[in-house]
Amino acid sequence: MSTIIDGLSLGAIYALIALGYTMVYGIAKMLNFAHGDIIMVGAYALYSTLLLGQSPVVSVLAIIISIVACVVLGVVVERFAYRPLRGATPLAVLITAIGVSYMLQSIAQLIFKAKSRPVSFSIPGTTFGIHNSTILTLVVGTVVMVALTLFVNYTKTGRAMVAVSEDRAAAELMGINSNFIISLTFAIGSALAACAAIFYLMQIPLVNPTFGAMPGIKAFTAAVIGGIGSIPGAMIGGVLLGVVEKICLSIPAIAPYTTAIEFSCLIVILLVKPTGLLGRKRREKV
Amino acid sequence: MALLEVKNLEVNYGLIKAIKGVSFEVNEGEIVALIGANGAGKTTIMHAINCILDKMSGKVFFDGKDITHARAHSLVGMGMSQVPEGRRIFQELTVFENLQLGYYSKKDKKKFEEKLNEMYSNFPILKERSKQIAGTLSGGEQQMLAMSRALMSSPKLLLLDEPSMGLSPLYVNTIFDMIKKVNEMGTTVLLVEQNAKKALSIADKAYVLEIGKMTKSGTGSELLNDDSVKKAYLGG
Repeated sequence: MSTIIDGLSLGAIYALIALGYTMVYGIAKMLNFAHGDIIMVGAYALYSTLLLGQSPVVSVLAIIISIVACVVLGVVVERFAYRPLRGATPLAVLITAIGVSYMLQSIAQLIFKAKSRPVSFSIPGTTFGIHNSTILTLVVGTVVMVALTLFVNYTKTGRAMVAVSEDRAAAELMGINSNFIISLTFAIGSALAACAAIFYLMQIPLVNPTFGAMPGIKAFTAAVIGGIGSIPGAMIGGVLLGVVEKICLSIPAIAPYTTAIEFSCLIVILLVKPTGLLGRKRREKV
Repeated sequence: MALLEVKNLEVNYGLIKAIKGVSFEVNEGEIVALIGANGAGKTTIMHAINCILDKMSGKVFFDGKDITHARAHSLVGMGMSQVPEGRRIFQELTVFENLQLGYYSKKDKKKFEEKLNEMYSNFPILKERSKQIAGTLSGGEQQMLAMSRALMSSPKLLLLDEPSMGLSPLYVNTIFDMIKKVNEMGTTVLLVEQNAKKALSIADKAYVLEIGKMTKSGTGSELLNDDSVKKAYLGG
């Protein structure tokens, strides 16, 4: 039972990150491979603020700074690295994203050096034998995802996001500023990444320059499993992957193969349903 | 003064000159038609007016303002609305949500209900199907939706790009009747069409476009009776 709860909680973290991938893909039609490194920056922002001392005020401040840092970074990266490439071949955008990823990792290495730094940021204690941090992750993760779903489906701006995702030119003709919507998408995705960074640090209290790489690639896998571009798909894919990971880790005989099993899930699902679980094939417009 | 004025418009796709210096005017209250064959540059002109395409020389004025380098999304607020070629409705959203997006640039909630009811009474089928996913509508219904969506913002100028494309003759009539009605209610219309006979029959003024150049202009009925136009576009 606690394995499942742990898995759901880790899954919520993957889902939060996967949402960033999937929303950006759906709306800007690009894979933002620097997304994992946004998580890393969020983690370092938290770490740096916590150096101020140990108090509830600093903790709250650290959370806020972490989220703000990620949002600003996400928007700035989109504005200066991706927007000039609007209309360029997808390959150019993809390579730029990988470049941004390396750049962020290298900058982090310059500032913080390569060694892992401890971050103690978890809520001590257990409830019904489950870590409080795990419960918090699950609760906050669920609330954030429900809020995002409501936002996308029931607000004017959310509707504009769907419109831009489906047909950017037609959305412009409706008076929707697609550049603004794309910036907003990066901002939301990055804020979710910051949340994920904070929760991830509660589980693994060490931060280094490649901190975001593994959760990033797993969340990307989750997004593809769920059907890239689909918001509920990213949530389901993330939770699925988190549960699979924790179950594998709890069985000693297969624990060493956990990562291999997770990525195999992707291959199996893509073989059975190439668009991912909730992905739809879009009709090509002529 | 002309509501829309296009002066010496040139558009290139890479090295290819698609539009080679086109000028025309649309006066308030008129229906103006641009006719021409496939590849003549009709849609390119539409996109250039709408600022979806930006590489161009020449000038475009709308309502006295220079919109040559305006942002596409700012034009709706200024009173220009377009029914794009191939309808381009939001297939995954419902009919109602599509109409809602047509009103995106406006804020007045009460006026929204008013406009919505106006659209529903223009095309009752849209009311019947308001909760249906737009991608499941027939081609004709989608065209009605695209037109209603464009009209939601109460535009001064309505641009229509090939509204008859792919429709049955029955729907073509419905759509053209609606264009006339919309015009009578005070909206100026710029219409791009391959169906030259239909377009000329409702146009106050028309221009013939051939491979990026205006070759002829006149009133709708003048061009309908013009021998060369008859031969080239009206089947002899």
